[in-house]
Amino acid sequence: MKNSRLKLLSSPYIVWAAIFIIVPLGMVFYYGLTDKTGAFTMENVIAMMSEEHAKALWISLGLSLVSTAVCFFLAYPLAMILANMNVSQHSFIVLIFILPMWMNFLLRTLAWQTLLEKTGVINNVLSFLHLPALNIINTPYAIILGMVYNFLPFMVLPIYNSLVKIDPNVVNAAKDLGANNIQTFFKITLPLSIPGIISGITMVFIPALTTFVISKLLGGSKILLIGNVIEEEFTQAGNWHLGSGLSIVLMIFILINMAASAVFDKDGEGGLL
Amino acid sequence: MKKIFLLTLCSAILLSLAGCGGSSGGENGEVIVYNWGEYLDPETIALFEEETGIKVIYDEFETNEIMYPKVEAGATEYDVICPSDYMIQKMLENDLLTELDFNNIPNAKANIGTQYWESSKEFDPENKYSVPYCWGTVGILYNKTMVDGTVDSWGILWDETYKDNILMQDSVRDAFMVGLKLNGFSMNSTDAGELETAKNSLIQQKPLVQAYVVDQVRDKMIGNEAAIGVIYSGEAIYTQRENPDLEYVIPKEGTNVWIDSWVIPKNAPNKENGEKFIDFMCRPEIALMNFEFITYSTPNEAARELIEDDDIRNSTIAFPDLSQYSNLETFQYLGEDADRLYNDLWKEVKSE
Repeated sequence: MKNSRLKLLSSPYIVWAAIFIIVPLGMVFYYGLTDKTGAFTMENVIAMMSEEHAKALWISLGLSLVSTAVCFFLAYPLAMILANMNVSQHSFIVLIFILPMWMNFLLRTLAWQTLLEKTGVINNVLSFLHLPALNIINTPYAIILGMVYNFLPFMVLPIYNSLVKIDPNVVNAAKDLGANNIQTFFKITLPLSIPGIISGITMVFIPALTTFVISKLLGGSKILLIGNVIEEEFTQAGNWHLGSGLSIVLMIFILINMAASAVFDKDGEGGLL
Repeated sequence: MKKIFLLTLCSAILLSLAGCGGSSGGENGEVIVYNWGEYLDPETIALFEEETGIKVIYDEFETNEIMYPKVEAGATEYDVICPSDYMIQKMLENDLLTELDFNNIPNAKANIGTQYWESSKEFDPENKYSVPYCWGTVGILYNKTMVDGTVDSWGILWDETYKDNILMQDSVRDAFMVGLKLNGFSMNSTDAGELETAKNSLIQQKPLVQAYVVDQVRDKMIGNEAAIGVIYSGEAIYTQRENPDLEYVIPKEGTNVWIDSWVIPKNAPNKENGEKFIDFMCRPEIALMNFEFITYSTPNEAARELIEDDDIRNSTIAFPDLSQYSNLETFQYLGEDADRLYNDLWKEVKSE
């Protein structure tokens, strides 16, 4: 009785998922696997192997791996500090961390453009202090900075969640049994927080891999990421078939990533909520 | 009790949502307009609604290429659209446009200069389908305090002195226009060899380019972020207003003279209202309001007469004497194969 009622409650979501997830996904596959006459073809998928597309994919993979790594090394200590605070303090700090996410993603990225520009805020301050100018706008460094800035909260929160769930008695037991702080960290804390780490990596890596806005605004469109290739196929070249075909290939990378996180995070512990 | 409350709340939300979706229309129906972003004075829409009782549903696009598939698929039925020259040609070739009844648009023939009807013939040979709305050129905007000597050629965009100080257009046809014109070719070339040369020029230029941008040329040039940029003439007046150090030139190798025109698609549900809207936009005082708001050159001679500021009315940027320049061209639709070729070559430039 109770169970069927619960199922009824999930029906809005099922309808939502069908209309806004399943149908669009089906359309991507339809376009990706057909040519303009509507005949079946693998050409749009194989097109990923062409020189320009493969290069764009490699650059995207490289930049998003670097950003994910930077995010991880910044986020882990921060999450530990947060987790060790008492309740009244940490909810405030977490709020501060989430606060920028209330602002629009585009605006935040555009703000970085204004900050980093040659005549931008940062360089004005630097020249006022007679320090050398910072010239990273329109380079891969600016893109990485944009990715790290935008996606860092997605790394901090899952790690933080898995850290607060660790029973303090486990840590205390390790210390009772003679482990020092470093040993406790590597043998207890780190392994127990792996679900959070994996989920953090997924939540940073996937949006970083597919972004096209960051490279457009902070990279000056000089560095072609795979997201830009796909976007331009839709908006400029008007070739939806190729754009969809390339998206399918990108989905494979995302699926691999998700499969990996499913293996490590069996109980769904590292989820955001 | 709680449940009843929830149910009422839910149905109230649903009803209000449904209310938004339903087309209410004005007392005399509606007209659905699809225009470029920031491409008319919103005040004119209010005036039109007030006078005619026709409700305007206004939608915007960013590029011709985004607009086309939406109209072709017919997912949304528009009454009035404002595409560019080559896109109008493509829409005509694919039978997407309907003939205009000029009896309902008396202001068009009365106010729009003959020369613009002449140029429109390149894409609308009998002037049956389109009414010119804005026109202009593409040229070089440069900062007088950062550039030495005279600027009169696309070649300056390849000058090593301005490394990291050059802004290029981030769109296929505009970028290739520059590359082709630099090498003395037609910007409507479909010759593989000529396009290859243009591509190599663009690749050679890439290390000097600060960024490939579209609308941001305007803000970056105003903010002294770059010395030289490729820009649409309509933006030039605005940028000069904000930063007097900026100067606009039409390069001697020639450039793109473009026209954006009002058209009505075949599947328009309110064709007559669409014609009323176009006619309204062709009124001198309305065209003037739009010109002053968007600063793109108006083909409306009567509106130009009304401009109070002599400098603007006689501005060589807004209203250049085109007979002084050679090799001016208008984009043509080159067909799907050529489109593909351009896009592939552009991708090679961008991924270099």
